[in-house]
Amino acid sequence: MRTKRNFITTFFALGLLATAAVSGSQEIPDVINLDPLTRLYEPVKFNHAKHIHDLQDCAACHHHTIGAPSDDRNCGRCHRTMEPQKAAACRKCHAADPFTAETIRARHDDKNRYHRDVPGLKAAYHLSCTGCHEKGSGPTGCTDCHARTDAGNAFYRSGKYAPVAKPAGSGHH
Amino acid sequence: MSGISRRNFLKAGLIGGAATTLGMSCKAWGAGSFEGYPEGMGVLVDLTRCVGCRSCEAACNKEQKLPAPDKPFDDLSVFDEKGENGALRRPDEGHLTVVNKYTPAGAKKPIYRKVQCNHCNEPACLTSCFVNAYTKTKEGAVIYNSKVCVGCRNCMIACPFNVPGYSYSSVTNPVVKKCIFCYDTRLKYGKPPACVETCPQEVMTFGHRNDLIKVAHDRIKESPDKYVDHIYGEKELGGTGWMYLAGVDFGKVGFDTTVANEPIISNVKEFLGTVPMVLAIWPALFSGFHLLATRKAHGEHSEQEDHKHENL
Repeated sequence: MRTKRNFITTFFALGLLATAAVSGSQEIPDVINLDPLTRLYEPVKFNHAKHIHDLQDCAACHHHTIGAPSDDRNCGRCHRTMEPQKAAACRKCHAADPFTAETIRARHDDKNRYHRDVPGLKAAYHLSCTGCHEKGSGPTGCTDCHARTDAGNAFYRSGKYAPVAKPAGSGHH
Repeated sequence: MSGISRRNFLKAGLIGGAATTLGMSCKAWGAGSFEGYPEGMGVLVDLTRCVGCRSCEAACNKEQKLPAPDKPFDDLSVFDEKGENGALRRPDEGHLTVVNKYTPAGAKKPIYRKVQCNHCNEPACLTSCFVNAYTKTKEGAVIYNSKVCVGCRNCMIACPFNVPGYSYSSVTNPVVKKCIFCYDTRLKYGKPPACVETCPQEVMTFGHRNDLIKVAHDRIKESPDKYVDHIYGEKELGGTGWMYLAGVDFGKVGFDTTVANEPIISNVKEFLGTVPMVLAIWPALFSGFHLLATRKAHGEHSEQEDHKHENL
């Protein structure tokens, strides 16, 4: 009897988890892992819930996609009375690799495209984040948000890869 | 005798005048301006986006296998480095691109500007090179062939943007060093240059030059308070592959705003057009003068000879 109840509880719990997983894209995530440049930097654990709480303004980042009127008058010209979009996540419109030959060719050939100047995903994050952080209280230094990887240090010739200013040999004792 | 000479002289003068006039009209066929390859690529640099992180410099260093820098690429003290007469950093053999910082009066925050080859539609370096070491590729890059270069460095003087550097450090094989739009490793294969790809802010937008001009005009139209209404490089010096948008007057952030919209070559095309004319006409013209001058002398001489004969 007890085992049966446990079984039913587990079943329901699993069911709930599955539902949450399936409908995850429609839910509002509390933490988002931003990882378009994990080669040079660690991913950013973006505290979505905190930003929602502090800003109280979804359209500041999500433009017109969540149904609220956008702050940007340029969006408002067409999207003033728009229903919420299925895709509100940044990566749905901002490509991780915006300058592939195919993307550029498509943009070049489609003369009627209105949104021909969509920043890539990395730029969408940075322009949005630093643009706001500069005005307010958020961090603006590169490593304030994401720690640099070893490959990143090699790339910037920083940390243990920094150029040696002193004569060689001083560090070999 | 003297009458005929005079008439010939006038005739010769007329021919000479006609030749000069023709030379002048050479501009008509000589200066048919080249507005870039229709499929040429370019980069739109939006100065309002740059935060001066120097990632582009690091990417360039890695991609072009340049020597190790004196300071790490995350060291921002380089912005305070000043050369002679307070000159800011400029590209050289070890740095094909550099970022400089400007703090013009009235600006709310510092403005950063990336400097590299602008890949002109009609490059002055190419025009000045007498061994054809430079090529403007159909993809839009201005590339350089060190194998034919004789090291005259005319290109360094000709460039209106002071871009080409020279590897003075090399004793045996000094060559010109400048940004080549990552042609060999990327542009040729339709990929953006390394600096564009690495930039976190997408300060640089890579695409067809014609498309980028539209994008730039759109940005100005949509945010008229953010930008000055000008695209530097759309028309300057016949147009450049790399073009710029800024929130302040371009003159305040190191751009030469005195350059004309005519490419550099237009300054010399007219003159160079007369060279073949001069080569073709001057030998005949001056031979004529010489003959006329000596013919009279010869005639007088022969008359004297005749008198001599008569006397004998």
